[in-house]
Amino acid sequence: MSVLAHRSQVLTLYKDLLHHSSKFAAYNFRDYAVRRTRDAFHAAKNETDPAKIEALIHKAEQQLEVVKRQSLISQLYGGEKLVVENPKNQKILRRH
Amino acid sequence: MSLLRFAQGPARMLRNVRPTAQIARSALPRFVVSPAASAFHTSANRMQAAAESQTILTPSLGNQQPPIQSWKSLGFEVTGVETANNTRPIYMDMQATSPTDPRVLDAMLPYMTELYGNPHSRTHSYGWETEKGVDQAREDIAKLIGADAKEIVFTSGATESNNLSIKGVARFYKGKKNHIITTQTEHKCVLDSCRVLSDEGFDVTYLPVAKNGLISMDDLKAAIRPDTALVSIMAVNNEIGVIQPLEEIGALCRSKKIFFHTDAAQAVGKIPIDVTKMNIDLLSISGHKIYGPKGVGALYVRRRPRVRLVPLLTGGGQERGLRSGTVAAPLAVGLGEACRIATEEMAYDHERVKRLSERLINGIQSKVAHVYRNGDDIQTYPGCVNLSFAYVEGESLLMALKDIALSSGSACTSASLEPSYVLRALGAEDDMAHSSIRFGIGRFTTEEEIDFVVQRVTAHVDKLREMSPLWEMVQEGIDISKIEWAQHA
Repeated sequence: MSVLAHRSQVLTLYKDLLHHSSKFAAYNFRDYAVRRTRDAFHAAKNETDPAKIEALIHKAEQQLEVVKRQSLISQLYGGEKLVVENPKNQKILRRH
Repeated sequence: MSLLRFAQGPARMLRNVRPTAQIARSALPRFVVSPAASAFHTSANRMQAAAESQTILTPSLGNQQPPIQSWKSLGFEVTGVETANNTRPIYMDMQATSPTDPRVLDAMLPYMTELYGNPHSRTHSYGWETEKGVDQAREDIAKLIGADAKEIVFTSGATESNNLSIKGVARFYKGKKNHIITTQTEHKCVLDSCRVLSDEGFDVTYLPVAKNGLISMDDLKAAIRPDTALVSIMAVNNEIGVIQPLEEIGALCRSKKIFFHTDAAQAVGKIPIDVTKMNIDLLSISGHKIYGPKGVGALYVRRRPRVRLVPLLTGGGQERGLRSGTVAAPLAVGLGEACRIATEEMAYDHERVKRLSERLINGIQSKVAHVYRNGDDIQTYPGCVNLSFAYVEGESLLMALKDIALSSGSACTSASLEPSYVLRALGAEDDMAHSSIRFGIGRFTTEEEIDFVVQRVTAHVDKLREMSPLWEMVQEGIDISKIEWAQHA
């Protein structure tokens, strides 16, 4: 019962976290935040213990607040792009 | 010596490739044909013939070295890759420092804005709330290394922690115990603290390391004397990443009732460390090596059996009297948060760093021959990859790889062109020590960055080797190590 009851809440959290993670101006932080969010949600997708689910949701909610604040700071101070973000270099890397 | 080396790079290029016109103009007047050129001979016939047809250029000592701008790109560009126009290089120097984790900054910001109280103020809530933050940080640091919060002392960084533990222990037990053991590959701050102590009359033994960078337990056993006060051996080497056998060293030191200090600046948060299991008495931690803020570190000082220290700083008696001065609360909180994250993320980070490290090494070694990794194959932290590119000068490669922030060794000595003393201690030949580059992989490194590095490194190594006479000789089957090089005048 609890798994289903949490389903929409978890999906919303996941979407919000990905959305705000992708707002980091800094390439490395953006990549990490998106990747870590994905990996953490995938690792916990088969969790059935209600207490653990509660704890994970609570943690995700806290992390969402951190990501919201920090992605904003990253946008305020972020500047030049990294050389790997150059679209031409990305094309070369894909071919590579 | 270093000036000569510096100038030999372009000189070597000039006689081997047709440089671009701009370089020839700017660099040529700065070199004169040296009389030493006529003495430049080798046992190989080919080189004798070559000496007749080529003009060998060495720098005139009276002139200044050429300005770096005139050949900063080394006169060639790798085609097909967009160069750094208005873009920042990617960061691959994690052993020098790491980016501050946004979660760490998030924990610090309240203490840099609203919560500005002095953590030692006992009379009002401003002090209490900051003290609470500092105490929580202490808990988090202690948890990461399996210690008790009371055993953690905040310092300004691992350098201070190392100074405090080495000088502190030695000076406290001076008279009864007069001997310190350390290794040749320690960080400069440990070696320098030991040098100061030997000026003060202490005996210091610098243990050699094997070719793989590890100390031998037999050497350590043999070096221990009845008056040995302290053994200081680093956990993870900052240049080559080898992990010393902490548990064995700790057990040996405990059995001989000698204090064991380890500089774990590069190890904490990256490999599991347990001060109880490893019998560590003193352990240095740095904030900015583990995605925390710069300017803060910690020292673990064992309480049972008690380690006694003479403090470096005296004053208000903060931190159990071992380190007077107000604790930098925002930085301490940042270090605590960095340790808390490290405890949670160590397995995830390690798995990823290992994967990226393999991707980097395999990527480079599959495309370029004669690339050797310095340090042990197994007992090494995968996030520190020190590679020697034979027949390529490390400094030239570093300059060519301007899109990648790299170093040939520790940041403290990166201004000098001398080969690293750590690689020398491994018994590396001068040319191999000169051709080494350290790649640092961390929590925020991406696959894309690794692929970029592999692509750039392989392209530039090929290019630099093409213009190297040594490489040409190797291709023709001449054994370089057998050549007798004439001394320069």
